[in-house]
Amino acid sequence: MASGAKDEAGPGGAGRATEPGGWSAAFPQLRFLAPGGIMADAAPAGARHGERLIALHRAMTLTRCFDTKAIALQRTGRLGTYASSLGQEAVAVGVASAMRPEDVLLPSFREHGAQLWRGVASYELFLYWGGDERGSDFAGPRQDFPVSIPVASHAPHSAGVALAFKLRGEKRAAVCILGDGATSKGDFYEAINFAGIWRLPALFVIANNQWAISVPRAAQTAAQTLAQKAVAAGIAAEQVDGNDVISVADATERALARARAGEGPTLIEAVTYRLSDHTTADDASRYRDDAEVSRHWAEEPLLRLRQYLAAQGLWSSDQEEALLAQCTAEIAAAADRYLATSPEPPEAMFDHLHAALPPSLAAQRDAALAEARNLQENPGRIDG
Amino acid sequence: MAELTLVQAVNAALARAMQEDARVLVLGEDVGRDGGVFRATDGLIARFGGDRVLDTPLAELGIVGLSVGLAAQGMRPVAEIQFSGFIYPTLDQMVNHASRLRTRTRGRLTCPMVLRAPNGGGIHAPEHHSESVEAMFAGIPGLRVVIPSSPAKAYGLLLAAIRDPDPVVFLEPTRAYRAVKEKVEDDGRALPLDRSFVLREGSDLTIVAWGGMVRDALASADALAAEGVAAEVIDLATLKPLDRATILKSVARTGRCLILQEAALTGGFGAEVAACLAGEGLTSLLAPVERVAGYDTVMPLPRLEHHYLPGSPRILAAAHRVLEYR
Repeated sequence: MASGAKDEAGPGGAGRATEPGGWSAAFPQLRFLAPGGIMADAAPAGARHGERLIALHRAMTLTRCFDTKAIALQRTGRLGTYASSLGQEAVAVGVASAMRPEDVLLPSFREHGAQLWRGVASYELFLYWGGDERGSDFAGPRQDFPVSIPVASHAPHSAGVALAFKLRGEKRAAVCILGDGATSKGDFYEAINFAGIWRLPALFVIANNQWAISVPRAAQTAAQTLAQKAVAAGIAAEQVDGNDVISVADATERALARARAGEGPTLIEAVTYRLSDHTTADDASRYRDDAEVSRHWAEEPLLRLRQYLAAQGLWSSDQEEALLAQCTAEIAAAADRYLATSPEPPEAMFDHLHAALPPSLAAQRDAALAEARNLQENPGRIDG
Repeated sequence: MAELTLVQAVNAALARAMQEDARVLVLGEDVGRDGGVFRATDGLIARFGGDRVLDTPLAELGIVGLSVGLAAQGMRPVAEIQFSGFIYPTLDQMVNHASRLRTRTRGRLTCPMVLRAPNGGGIHAPEHHSESVEAMFAGIPGLRVVIPSSPAKAYGLLLAAIRDPDPVVFLEPTRAYRAVKEKVEDDGRALPLDRSFVLREGSDLTIVAWGGMVRDALASADALAAEGVAAEVIDLATLKPLDRATILKSVARTGRCLILQEAALTGGFGAEVAACLAGEGLTSLLAPVERVAGYDTVMPLPRLEHHYLPGSPRILAAAHRVLEYR
């Protein structure tokens, strides 16, 4: 410690833990596909279904291609601040793959893989992260929620969506994905508490990526697991290896089956790791050791599934190359389309505020239009 | 036609809205068997059942977050917050979600919900039960803020708020809940939102008020009439979006304006009315605009409450200053 530097230990005392909380024996820990592509004997039959595994592999690969392109666009000034999902693809893809189209996804901001699986276009994701509201006007899953930036604030929405399903007698489920940091907020607790008392068809998936920007999982809560937070709300919970897409999908399927059968909500803690910075505006080297990140690369989700597929003779290096080329081309085309899309006209700010523009806002709308016209006619000139 | 108090009119409007539209739900703390702490939801659970009148856990943020989810799914939740001092945890949901879901998704998802709460003091309530929170919500783009001043207004405006396709914050003046009875026809007819009401015409002075202060405005107008002064009284009813035209039209005739607000002076909604007059009505003004408001102090406990609330001595003194300015 440099002379004059303050003690950073905080009120909890010295030795602030930076390693993630341990895997608790208190919860079933699910892992079918281990690093190295080793499949457990206990894996469900569906886990060995070649076509399905290839679809999951394709979706995770597409997600990573999207990620790579988004970061490249941001670094070259053509996209806004972007939250990478590098290393967490299996959580998003695994959860979405077990959902039905009529279910509703309420994502946090790192679930691009789930959104893509659900039919949100990569073009729409680029639009959103490029600063255009039309990116949340999904042509595909019309009832899915847009990403939630204020952490955990979408958790109570999930309870509301699930309550609507239950009241209308619909066999649908609301699926909320949130991060480890989100579990420290009251919103999260209020939501799982609501879901519990009314036995709502809701699933809360904690994508525990070990870091909430710079705060490690161990400094987020003294609870040994995040899954155990469900106990206080009286709802079912389990912990899965979030880098094993098969386990994530399996746990999700079972939770959603329970939800549809009226057996109430579930909390799944999917233990994963954020291999990226928090966002493109973040520099994780300020607070996180490279060695820790390197260690976790060995556990990342895409490699193990590819290794398993290859070992089973279901996937060749030629197929992998072809898939990469295909995903890269698809994402590049979406990016080109995004880059070629003009911003909305300024009246869009007003025209979606209310169902109909209140008369008192008409003058502001007119002023915005006049200013825009003036700028267009006199570029570079600033006047009234 | 029944004579109803304001809180009974709220109850009648809720029942009417629930009867005519199966999507309308009432939710909040103690709104079920207890009928709400002010009895605004009295009898609703017996009539409509526990699937439409939901007693929630004690979680204000969650109640409103739940409502956002319900509304996005096409339901019409009417959420009650028991006291205005407990409404602050809902701000995150109202600012970040309810008010902007339509904008964020370009109309794909909308939020047709009503957030109901009592507002203001004057009933000798405990701490944190008497705050005036309207300006806080009026500053949030995408929200409507509506405050009824009488039983009939409460009935008609609440029906309009529930039927509106966008979120409405409906603040009920606590001290007007049982202060008077008024004939209210339970005919399902809504009053228009986004419009202010001229309750009394006059050519010498415009008094602008809303909620609990409207009765003070009318009483002051009576007192002024005895002095030969004809005061016009405007009940804003909808604060946001503000019906500027009605205010400007009135002040164009009277040239003098007094604004009454129960909330603390600084940053209160009266400042917006004053700014409207300064910006668009300056040439009409014959005197400086005056605001009679609560002090910039913490809302006191009941023993000092009557010193805080702007009563007729302060209102009439200000009215005379405005009238006598030359």
